[in-house]
Amino acid sequence: MTYLGLIWTSLFRRKVRTIFTIVSIAAAFLLFGLLDTVRVAFSTGENADGAGRLITTSAMSMQHPLPITLKQRIAALPGVDNVAAANWFGGVYQDPRNQVVTVAVSPEYLDVYPEIVLDPEQRAEFERTRVGATVGVDLAREHGWKIGDRVPMQSTLFAPRSGERAWPFVISAIHHSKDPAQDSLNNMFLFHWEYFDEMNAIGPDTAHWYAVRVTDPAKADAVARAIDDMTANSDHETKTQTEQAFQAAFVKKMINIGLIVTSIMGAVFFTLVLLTGNAMMQAIRQRTSELAVMKTLGFTNAKLLAMVLGESVLLMLIGGSLGMTLVTVIAPRMAAASRGLMSPEGVGTHAWMNALPLMLVIGLLVGLLPGFRAMRLNIIDALARR
Amino acid sequence: MKKIIIQVLLLLAAAAGVYALTMLPLAVIAALAVGFALWLAATSSGRTVASVTLVGMSTLRDRLGTSSVIVIGMAGVVGVFIALLAMGEGFRATLQGSGSDETAIVTRSGALAETSSVLVRSDVDIIAHSPGVARDAKGDALISAELTVPVTAHSKSEGEITNLALRGVDPDAWQMRPRLKIVEGRTFTPGLYELVVGRSARTRFAGLEPGQQIKLGTNVWTVVGAFESGDAYDSELWGDRQSVAAIYRRGSSVSSVQVRLDGPQGLQALQNALSSDPRVTVDAVTTREFFARQSNSLFQLTKMIGLVVGIIMGIGALFGALNCMFAAVEQRAREIATLRAIGFQGGAVVVSVMLEAMWLAVLGGALGALLVWLVFNGQTISTLSGFSELAFQFKVTPDLVISGLRWALAIGFIGGLFPAARAATMPLIAALRED
Repeated sequence: MTYLGLIWTSLFRRKVRTIFTIVSIAAAFLLFGLLDTVRVAFSTGENADGAGRLITTSAMSMQHPLPITLKQRIAALPGVDNVAAANWFGGVYQDPRNQVVTVAVSPEYLDVYPEIVLDPEQRAEFERTRVGATVGVDLAREHGWKIGDRVPMQSTLFAPRSGERAWPFVISAIHHSKDPAQDSLNNMFLFHWEYFDEMNAIGPDTAHWYAVRVTDPAKADAVARAIDDMTANSDHETKTQTEQAFQAAFVKKMINIGLIVTSIMGAVFFTLVLLTGNAMMQAIRQRTSELAVMKTLGFTNAKLLAMVLGESVLLMLIGGSLGMTLVTVIAPRMAAASRGLMSPEGVGTHAWMNALPLMLVIGLLVGLLPGFRAMRLNIIDALARR
Repeated sequence: MKKIIIQVLLLLAAAAGVYALTMLPLAVIAALAVGFALWLAATSSGRTVASVTLVGMSTLRDRLGTSSVIVIGMAGVVGVFIALLAMGEGFRATLQGSGSDETAIVTRSGALAETSSVLVRSDVDIIAHSPGVARDAKGDALISAELTVPVTAHSKSEGEITNLALRGVDPDAWQMRPRLKIVEGRTFTPGLYELVVGRSARTRFAGLEPGQQIKLGTNVWTVVGAFESGDAYDSELWGDRQSVAAIYRRGSSVSSVQVRLDGPQGLQALQNALSSDPRVTVDAVTTREFFARQSNSLFQLTKMIGLVVGIIMGIGALFGALNCMFAAVEQRAREIATLRAIGFQGGAVVVSVMLEAMWLAVLGGALGALLVWLVFNGQTISTLSGFSELAFQFKVTPDLVISGLRWALAIGFIGGLFPAARAATMPLIAALRED
């Protein structure tokens, strides 16, 4: 305890300098924590509800339609719990700039995605209504839609067979996401695949992708292989991957996150070691005579080294913890703003696990040189200020 | 009380300085710098400041450790800042260079990318007969209906599978893009399953050398040539539209129609005709605008990331610089006190300390910019555009370097201001006695 007190006192001997150094360290770890959170979120794409769900698309191209008969054949495979067919609609409401995430889905879709929550009565109404649609709460609020409203939607991909510009819909349900942080679902517009199939002018009896729920998430890979083997060498070969992998491939490619994050972190920590090392050197230089006195009093070299190392590690821990605390505050907000791309659960904790060892290592590293300097100090020279 | 007033004034000065250095037009800053230099050289008070600064600078070598911390720290901050923005800049340059004002692209209303647009045969016919479309000697419309399909391919470096745009084009497509040149082999023969590949696609993906064969969809295609255009098309594969449509079962539907416009009024005429025609729901914009719109989102994103990261790093570096300059002032306490004791004004000391900090910061900034330019400029990276991959290069432009240096100057300004004020207000007797 006395040692800790001694280290603490010497650390705050020059308050301004120590505080400035702590701010620098906090900034570095804030950046580290945020970038690490982003990296982890994008590299794994963890999503509890998505576990055990597979996405089957055409192997030729993500946009290539698959025959709807495939749905029954996938459902018949062992290990498959439920299959939903879906078509990308490319929905636009009124103004061409007003893009709406619109998907035509088969009835099973709401069972495959249990995180889409809707009132049982509304759901029954949606299933009864041929032109019915269920819209997310945020989307409904944005456009002022209520249950029973007639809503014409245009599509960038499909013209209705009627020759009209727009497809008529009736809002029969309003859904929301089970997990409030995953609000991308709250902006979705879902309607019946059958209506889509009857009405669209090109390519009937097709689906863009199948969402497959497996009975045992641990066997998801085997089921994915089974689906792809089943379609191999046909004219509609498929590519099946877990939902996470499907999304991650998108996001990872948006920007090569890894390259950017690693180079920024390299630059940040290089600068950090330099700054803190310099501050520690100054601290030791100013305390030369004190250290000499301590040596005279009988502090061994090893003890002095340990004290200097302790001081720099403590400095790192204070600054680092400050920065990481900020991360813990900011990261969940960031996850919420990412519209479901990042899972808010466990955000930051992973970064803490990475940051703590880093604080220790950098602390030891920057303490080493001043520590040896203190160790090698010659009492006579130091007291004589030579 | 006096102390508080001084602190408030210092904070105001810091804010004003940062604002001036980062926001004011370059010409104003240059004028201020020239005026300042003239003042240093021509007036007696200026010469006093200059000589104090020179004294300070001459001791820089003895404080190499401390001063190099500022230089290297700033190099890191400015380097990261410029690298991030250079990425956005390169992306924008690639996409904006892809378009021209003489051609227009027609897509279904609301489609932001070609892969999310579908037009049917009748749409194409209506577009072909619209006013505003340039015609050749025979009176045929100069248009190219094009079908863009994202196809999966194996990338060379990571061996992973990504999407690549396969564009099926009409014979007139080459006329729409005068910059696009076949650099190896020949162009594809209509009706056959032949491909020409863009420069970036060829270097990034396996199996795309001229003469090689590649399986796309259900068929094997032969690569017969390579083209280069220096823009977004470099990331694509081109083939005959009918062949692409046959393999991907698209019938007669297309993604977009490229149109050569009939003079500067052509676009207006075309837009008017199409928007008043109840048979079609399409948008016509110049290709320049179409690509500019696509570049906007990633450009904004990288700009935001660059700013956030730059600001956090900048705060870290600022406090580091403050530490270093305080240490420098402390080390020189006796020297500065002596100067003041023999009659140099406090103001001269302030200016000299700040000049030193700003000089070190800008030196570091320049170092960082140079490093980024050496390492990153011209490096190719890729992103997704719509559904398919688009390769582009880092572009370290003079504008970016200048804005990076301005931030460095601003950090140097604050980093010098407070230590300078301390140096100028130090009690003389105590400072002279200090060791």
